[in-house]
Amino acid sequence: MPLLEVKDVTIRFGGLTAVSEFTLSMDTHELVGLIGPNGAGKTTIFNMLTGVYRPNEGEMFVDGQSIVDNKPYEITALGVARTFQNIRLFKELTVLDNVKIGGHMHYKYSSASAVLHTNRFHKAEDIAEVDAVELLRIFNLDSRAQQYARNLPYGDQRRLEIARALAVRPKLLLLDEPAAGLNTGETSELMEKIHEIRDRFGLAILVIEHNMELVMGICERIFVLNFGKTIAQGTPDDVRANPVVIEAYLGEPAEV
Amino acid sequence: MAGGQRVAGSGWENRDAPPPATRHPPSARLPWWLRDLIYAAVFIAILIGASYGLDRIPIGGIAYYRRIIVLMGINIILAVSLNIINGHAGQFSLGHAGFMAIGAYFAAFLTVFYFAPYVNKFPEGTEQWLLQNGLLLVAVLLGGALAALAGYIVGLPSLRLRGDYLAIVTLGFGEIIRVFILNINKIGAARGLSGIPNWADFFWVYLFCGITILISWRLVRSSVGRAFLAIREDQIAAEAMGVDTTKYKVKAFIIGSFLAGVAGGLFAHYMMYLNPEMFRFLKSFEVVVMVVLGGLGSISGSVVAAIILTFLPEGLREVKDFLHTNKDPRMVIYSILLIVLMLTRPQGLLGRRELWQVLARRKDTIPTDERDQGDATDRP
Repeated sequence: MPLLEVKDVTIRFGGLTAVSEFTLSMDTHELVGLIGPNGAGKTTIFNMLTGVYRPNEGEMFVDGQSIVDNKPYEITALGVARTFQNIRLFKELTVLDNVKIGGHMHYKYSSASAVLHTNRFHKAEDIAEVDAVELLRIFNLDSRAQQYARNLPYGDQRRLEIARALAVRPKLLLLDEPAAGLNTGETSELMEKIHEIRDRFGLAILVIEHNMELVMGICERIFVLNFGKTIAQGTPDDVRANPVVIEAYLGEPAEV
Repeated sequence: MAGGQRVAGSGWENRDAPPPATRHPPSARLPWWLRDLIYAAVFIAILIGASYGLDRIPIGGIAYYRRIIVLMGINIILAVSLNIINGHAGQFSLGHAGFMAIGAYFAAFLTVFYFAPYVNKFPEGTEQWLLQNGLLLVAVLLGGALAALAGYIVGLPSLRLRGDYLAIVTLGFGEIIRVFILNINKIGAARGLSGIPNWADFFWVYLFCGITILISWRLVRSSVGRAFLAIREDQIAAEAMGVDTTKYKVKAFIIGSFLAGVAGGLFAHYMMYLNPEMFRFLKSFEVVVMVVLGGLGSISGSVVAAIILTFLPEGLREVKDFLHTNKDPRMVIYSILLIVLMLTRPQGLLGRRELWQVLARRKDTIPTDERDQGDATDRP
């Protein structure tokens, strides 16, 4: 049984078909890329996978369980975590608290426990602290744990978003343009990190990215979208050589 | 399970030995009940001492100040509880007077019709004293519970709304409650409910004041409070992190309205008289002003603002005498002060920080980057 299965998913906004008949199947430990020009429907697919939008047609399964009617937090509980294209950190909270909120579902105790500071509260909070510090360490953010998220440099904010998503302890991680705005050095560092976290946490990762170096460098399979339709899929080499893809990105060859 | 479940095969269980917790050394912890019991005992001892002292200070007009101090305590409970809803969870509620009214009227109703006649059957003495205070506690808590129920009922459908829309719904709710009470003859309707025994005093008000601050303080430093803050900061991201936003918004409403109900119950048993006019929209607004003035999200800010805004109108009485006029310029000055404050410090007196953090910043103990960018982006 595949970890994620998406069958013929279509969504329309009024007259516009943003994504039509998108089909995707992902296994554990896979690293899949989703590329396409602006407005192709990549982020819309993420929003459907995480329950922000409900598709008009089609089916989606995580571990064989249908997620079409689920609310975002219910899908997160099934082990799907995401980052956002335009960073959505909890800006006025500390870096540490951002990551702890990522682990929200795993630190369970009642409000009464929290007010009375019972042993249960202390145990859960100790684990929260250890987990969060550990994740921050992976992204070299542990020294900034007590700073407000809004005060972090841009690159660190991107990394913090990934750390926060990992705190969910996902099986499937959705990265929405993780390299946007990063320089070449930071991008190659990010590529290493993506590999590292995939191996360490046994994740399947679906990544949207415009940076071809990153996509071609790390993804095992790539889907190419244009105007909501899947125009190509395959290994990086297949996709690179596909004339339809080249046309979508560069336009039709000129008649000479 | 306390620590939550590790996702199988996710790499969490094979990681290296966890680093030592940085929160605080476990060895330093007494059992939770023992430590809290000690705190509670110290707090109650201080309250009894203060209450005893306040009753016996031989200063002329002390009764007047004692009254203001008690009302200040009630305002602190209201401001801190509204801060949970408005400041922490970021849900703009204008219905706090409504919740307070429910608590006040229900507690007073219980006392006037059931508890007071029962207590009066006993001869004066220790037994009566114990019974009276025990029943006050019951009445006040039941008042809070009914207010919490109302918070739940209002919260469930209306928390799909955001910002201004929620504010309008809660505003309407507060008015509905008032008009509802206005039409119940049994509890006095427009005449008001009188004959409430004077059971609440400095001790009870400040006991609940302490409890309110404790609840708010510890909640915001827990998983529940972090969920509140996450909703305030970014609802979409909060949902994506697995926070059931509706559940936590309703939770914030329930806790906030419970405490407002408690404040109402205490108010009733201190004022000895209730009138629907006391719980007009203006009362809700007064509490909102306290929270915003203190700084949305800052607990000590709410406390400080409640203290200032209780004393300010009283202090301004002197101005009238000073100007030798029989027109009362109090509210004009009060309004001007508020406008000036909001223009100069739109984020409130303390912003989102606590009092000691703001004081510490003066002494340059906070990391540089925070000092540099502190106030410019501090606005809520």
